[in-house]
Amino acid sequence: MDFQWIELVQSVAVVCGIATVLAIFMVIADATIGNYGKKKLIINNDKEFEVEAGHSVLTTLKEQGIFIPSACGGRGSCGLCKLQVDEGGGDYLPTELPWITEEEQKENIRLCCQLKMKNDLKVTIPEELFNIREYEVKVDKVIDLTHDIKGITFAFQGDDEMDFKAGQFVQLEVPEYDLCEETIYRAYSIASAPSDNKRFDLQIKYVSNGICTTYVHKHMEEGETITMNGPYGDFYLSDTDSELIFMAVGSGMAPIISILLDMAEKGIDRKATFLFGVRTMKDLFIVDELKELEKKLPNFKFVPTISRPDETKQWDGETGRLTEILPKYLKNPEKTEAYLCAGENVINSYKAKLMELGIPEDKIYFDSFG
Amino acid sequence: MSEGIGVFGIFFAAIFTSNILLTLYLGMCSFLAVSRKVKTAIGLGFAVIFVMTATSALNWLVYYYLIKPYNLDYLKYIVFIIIIAAFVQLVEMIIERVSEPLYIALGIFLPLITVNCAILGVSLFMIIRNYTFSQSISYGLGSGVGWLIAIVAMAGIREKLAHARVPKGLEGAGITLIIAGIMAMAFMGFTGMMGLS
Repeated sequence: MDFQWIELVQSVAVVCGIATVLAIFMVIADATIGNYGKKKLIINNDKEFEVEAGHSVLTTLKEQGIFIPSACGGRGSCGLCKLQVDEGGGDYLPTELPWITEEEQKENIRLCCQLKMKNDLKVTIPEELFNIREYEVKVDKVIDLTHDIKGITFAFQGDDEMDFKAGQFVQLEVPEYDLCEETIYRAYSIASAPSDNKRFDLQIKYVSNGICTTYVHKHMEEGETITMNGPYGDFYLSDTDSELIFMAVGSGMAPIISILLDMAEKGIDRKATFLFGVRTMKDLFIVDELKELEKKLPNFKFVPTISRPDETKQWDGETGRLTEILPKYLKNPEKTEAYLCAGENVINSYKAKLMELGIPEDKIYFDSFG
Repeated sequence: MSEGIGVFGIFFAAIFTSNILLTLYLGMCSFLAVSRKVKTAIGLGFAVIFVMTATSALNWLVYYYLIKPYNLDYLKYIVFIIIIAAFVQLVEMIIERVSEPLYIALGIFLPLITVNCAILGVSLFMIIRNYTFSQSISYGLGSGVGWLIAIVAMAGIREKLAHARVPKGLEGAGITLIIAGIMAMAFMGFTGMMGLS
């Protein structure tokens, strides 16, 4: 028995000893061979930072407070964090090439989570990305919009404020709790007008076992602080005067109401129709607010539609699927732009119908949720 | 068993008669994948030489001064592998620092040296064959040089092969394996000279 104990202790000690020596060795190597010293990072030929080199460009920019959208967190598996590197990038790495097209190679577009900062670097970052950052926001108000959709107002604290465009989205950070073992991010469209940059609203529908939606519906309380980042996305109103058709179901309301509130505030009175589909009457929400908007925007019409009407209750609005009533409301397809927000399959069916009715594909804008 | 054959004997035997790649078929994965261009083959070959020599020396010391005295023979595989892994990490850092084109060309195969079975094979053979410290180093160095010669020869042939008309079904790995077989037969011609058992 004693002999086995000694052997056990010895083997553990030997393996730990070897591992420790190797670890110390690696730390020394990292500090000497892996130390690239300080390098210059020049952004848009304008801002210049002196940064610790040797990390990925994505991480280096994050340390300077510049967030490049990335869904995978820098593992090189989403291909989102593309950036134009004008000088100092060196050759393409094999891990970048699957994401970069030949045209992008000519423009020196790089995947900045894979590209390591080893030399002085010159990069071009689109202006709107400077606006993206991380915020700590307070959950100001939570209301039940329907039996399964909550409307949440978040307020920025201190001097924080966020300028966004109507139709953009933010990412909420869900802390660790019983449904998730690590923090995750989920994207939601903003449902309030951009004129108020000290607060924003989200409309979140409960999905059974959905990690973020369960957190929001069952755990989140007024007054708590939550981490989010944004704003992201290019789902916003074009700067033309074509007619507009909005189509959304359920919580797809969010970006559309934001766009409509923005239009009302700015007095953009383009001819617009909003087809909003829900299953039953109890799924309808903020109808009064939209009716109010009809008064402010004389050319705007709100069409709530119920797909499963209840015989016992009075309903004088439209019934059926949005694709069925669409021909009735789409008068000038060739002069109309469409804005859709729904799940992916629903969007595809709307797109097909809109194109069949004569709207060109490049005039159909959409925001799909998973 | 190895007393009769000196340090230089082991070195040359490891290169020619007992070439780790062509007679034992160890380290085939990167041999097939990185043998398209002579330049990258040379780069990977030198990385393998360095890692093989250094790890055979280190593993010899660790085995005879730590593992054997404490009767921990069953731990040798895991210990050898962590030492190899740490070394590869170091080589990767050095190559990234010194030669970026080589770093890019070697791609993911550099970290893969860790799991290159030829490297672990050398460490295990030197234990099985009871080599002394100097014999182990020369065996590691010789095996590395042998691996380099084999992969560079293959890369040279494949560069020429790019201009040849290879039957469609044999393109890529197929023709490479056939060439490797022919090369192995050529190296078998050396076996009469001297042998490692």
